[in-house]
Amino acid sequence: MQETRSAKLFRIAVLAVLTVFTAVPIYVMVSSSLKPLGDVQGAFSWWPETFTIAPFIEMWETVPLADYFINSIIVSVSATLISLVIAIFAAYALSRYRFRGRNVFSTSILTTQMFPGILFLLPLFLIFVNIDQVLGIQLVGTRIGLIITYLTFSLPFSIWMLAGYFDGIPHELDEAAKVDGCSPMNALLRVVLPAAKPGLVAVAIYSFMTAWGEVLFASVMTTSANRTIAVGLTLYSTQTNIYWNQIMAASLVVSIPVVIGFLVLQRYFVAGLTSGAVK
Amino acid sequence: MKIRSVVAAIATGALALTVSGCGSGGGGGDSDAAGGGSGSQTLTYWASNQGTSIKHDKEVLTPQLKKFEEKTGISVELEVIGWDSLQTRIQTAITSGQAPDVVNIGNTWAASLQATGAFLPFDDNAMSAIGGADKFVEPALATGGAEGQPVTSVPLYGLAYGLFYNKAMFEEAGIEPPSTYKDMVAAAEKLTDTKAGVHGLALAAGSYTENSHFAFINAVQNGAELFDDQGQPTFSSDGVVKGIHRYLDLMQKHEVADTSNAQYTNGVQAVNDFAKGKVAMVISQNNAGSSIEAQGMKPDQWGVVPYPAPAGGEEIASHVAGINLSIFKNTENKEGALKFVKFMTSPEVQKAVSSEFKTLPVLKDAEPTFSKKEEASKMFQNIYNNMSAPLPLVPAEDQFESSVGQAMNKMFATIATGGTVTLEDVRVAMETAEQQVAASSGS
Amino acid sequence: MTTSTKVPDHVDPKDGPAPDPPAPRRKRRKGWWLPYALLVPAVFFELLVHIIPMITGIWVSFLELTQAYIANWGAAPFAGLGNYQISLDFNGVIGSALLRSFAVTCAFTILVVGIAWVMGMAAAVALQRQFRGRSLFRTFFLVPYALPVFASVIAWKFMLQKDSGAVNHLLSDNLGLIDEKPFWLIGDNAFISLVVVAAWRLWPFAFLMLMAGLQSIPTDVYEASAVDGAKPFRQWRSITLPMMRPVNLVLVLVMFLWTFNDFNVPYILFGSSQPPAGDIISFHIYNASFLTWNFGLGAAMSVLLMLFLLLVSGIYLMVLNGRNKRAGN
Repeated sequence: MQETRSAKLFRIAVLAVLTVFTAVPIYVMVSSSLKPLGDVQGAFSWWPETFTIAPFIEMWETVPLADYFINSIIVSVSATLISLVIAIFAAYALSRYRFRGRNVFSTSILTTQMFPGILFLLPLFLIFVNIDQVLGIQLVGTRIGLIITYLTFSLPFSIWMLAGYFDGIPHELDEAAKVDGCSPMNALLRVVLPAAKPGLVAVAIYSFMTAWGEVLFASVMTTSANRTIAVGLTLYSTQTNIYWNQIMAASLVVSIPVVIGFLVLQRYFVAGLTSGAVK
Repeated sequence: MKIRSVVAAIATGALALTVSGCGSGGGGGDSDAAGGGSGSQTLTYWASNQGTSIKHDKEVLTPQLKKFEEKTGISVELEVIGWDSLQTRIQTAITSGQAPDVVNIGNTWAASLQATGAFLPFDDNAMSAIGGADKFVEPALATGGAEGQPVTSVPLYGLAYGLFYNKAMFEEAGIEPPSTYKDMVAAAEKLTDTKAGVHGLALAAGSYTENSHFAFINAVQNGAELFDDQGQPTFSSDGVVKGIHRYLDLMQKHEVADTSNAQYTNGVQAVNDFAKGKVAMVISQNNAGSSIEAQGMKPDQWGVVPYPAPAGGEEIASHVAGINLSIFKNTENKEGALKFVKFMTSPEVQKAVSSEFKTLPVLKDAEPTFSKKEEASKMFQNIYNNMSAPLPLVPAEDQFESSVGQAMNKMFATIATGGTVTLEDVRVAMETAEQQVAASSGS
Repeated sequence: MTTSTKVPDHVDPKDGPAPDPPAPRRKRRKGWWLPYALLVPAVFFELLVHIIPMITGIWVSFLELTQAYIANWGAAPFAGLGNYQISLDFNGVIGSALLRSFAVTCAFTILVVGIAWVMGMAAAVALQRQFRGRSLFRTFFLVPYALPVFASVIAWKFMLQKDSGAVNHLLSDNLGLIDEKPFWLIGDNAFISLVVVAAWRLWPFAFLMLMAGLQSIPTDVYEASAVDGAKPFRQWRSITLPMMRPVNLVLVLVMFLWTFNDFNVPYILFGSSQPPAGDIISFHIYNASFLTWNFGLGAAMSVLLMLFLLLVSGIYLMVLNGRNKRAGN
């Protein structure tokens, strides 16, 4: 299929505008991270007048960034994987079955997105403390508490979104599999999931980023033992100074693995559903 | 099936990560979180960020905590908390009861926190256990809680506002450091050179806490009070309104502060301008010394005088600022916590720590050690001991800070974006602030 | 609200509507329990982390929970509808401020969601076709999303400073478009800044979700319509949009809800000093509860907010799903 001229123009224009819009702040971060603190505080210049990589070295000292980084990775990856598995099951149920309570369920999880997060904070903290006292499971100040919180934060949207993607996969596919003798779970694993791969990847990225960037709950539920990157970055702004250049350097460094992760996941964005699959 | 094994791997992987992530404290620290000293010979201590970084705080405090352990056998679990999250952390700790044993608080929160009933009152017994009320500078101790009740916090680090000035700029212009309000404005006007990007003064005009402090200081200079005897707000009284307007006029009428100051949400930004020679004066607390020096300005390049009162006004230059130390009531180791408070407010620790954090000692006979500049140390100690008034010691103090401070932010923004703020505008804004406090402190 | 991600009947234009999955009849069918079993883990975590705290929040909204009681919630006096009266008294200071904040938030949300969706869709469509460097663009557009929110908003704050910021440097010094450098973080411009920053953070998310959705549309559908002589824009309207409806339905709604409740962007951009033009409602509620220690009042405002959002979402889903059904049949 040939691309028309107007489509090509559109493509180039869109990509140019969005690239500039995306790039400018990122460029500012990069150039600021290469300036000494005094220059960053002064008048702005696009190019560092004095070029230094010191912020990239000092940032590990100012804040124990490496520890926080490990915490963030463990918390975000665990929350993502667990959330994804739970969401796949729930979304499959919503997409492929009509059952009593279906609407109640999907409405209530949507409702959770309507209450300002700030108001969850105290009650959730209280619940975690009570669980600790009654069951002896420590949730405040541990990674597991954060994992539970974050996996749930991403659940409602993941479920809704996955159900939407599953809806887009023709039912003939799993019906055919069932005729072939597959159980419903087998149909999910063998037919629906492979076809929904781009959606799964998108939702996984979303879950990961939800956990990765969350500040508010992390600032209350973490101690030095389980502090995450998102909170750790705020510590570059102290009582006596704001280490702009180190904030930028640290943000860039902690984002690199995430960007690489995105790159690796790219290939799953290749269409999961080819026309030939529907017979 | 490929996909099935992938999902299985994901599930087990997630499980394994969860377990290894938390079960046996694998990695990070092995702190018992805010466990409230379950091991009875351990105390949990939340320190506020005072130094140039969290790491600096730890470096300063850890040797002292070691000493404390050697002395008493009690080990202290330290967590340094940034100011962004300290208040929320304390609020959640109060709500849930899962709290540390000892915590640093901003002393302006003292009465509000006292009202929660979550903190140990320093009654006579407790007070004598930490070495007696007599050892503290009186106005500093008075910040510990509402009048007529045993305090629930004791002073730890003292802070006071001073007017920092750039010696070279003053010499060049042939003027003396100001001792009256008029002199200060005149000097600032003379030193303001908009073309060169130099201004007389820098204000943290976008920070509601800083603004509320100056509302208070300027009001007190006018002899006004912020709350009446019944604890009702009196923000719209003449003295307060005029005081606030006088402060606004530094930017509006005298134009000695750059309009950009209206977006300074943090005192540090104003101090940075000073250290860079962009302004001749800045009103800041004594711990600004470390930022100034960190920016490369030498101690002999700046001096400090009290923030002057207008002619005929009260000679008040600061509120009694600083950090207090509180004990959570539900501590399982009250005795140990008291010992720790006694230790932290002992002359040796005060001396060692205050020189690092550039704070003032809160003890009567202690020598200020925070600056190598003896004159500056003495000046601040004098302001702190003799020219400071405590902010209103009422539970609604925090609401004063947020409502009045936010209103001042808006007025500065109006001025900066080309508008004018009249005396009447200030009065209306203050009436709104009064109603806010009345309405939200429980109908 | 009666609806949800319904089974769409238009998934495959070629083959006609997909058969509805068998609905449970009176007699329980074999395997009737399966959907429930699939939901159990989700229900468990939702109850623990979302539902129970939310119900607690609703309960608190009827209490006079001020600093005197937060150490012992049980002792807080019952306030009845008192907190709601204060919040809804639009002649009072608190009510009128809430109303203003609400108006600002509505405008903010509509703009941000609109911009983010348009940008996300444009990028997803532009990257739909295979070309050299496509995956590079894909990853690059996701970078704003990969940056921790604190970092990216702090960078914007840094860029939006009046004298030392990149934005004014660009507009004034480099391009010479303006003489006087304006303020971006105080005054009315603060609103523009807030919208731009929030859109910058949100659009990659829309892009990600839409891109995933577009990938599932079989290419032969386009080929067939191209043979019929359809222009790209027509193809987009007649194929892409309808096929993306299930995804869009959720995406727009959720972006709307998040943006309405956004706390991080205004908080980091303005600190605790909100300019009136940037007074977003969740931050307003944060001030009402945490800064003034009146958690009952804050909770009442939150419940009001939730009711409003429920209403909007309900109408949205009803209207769109209704149209959906008609379109499909």
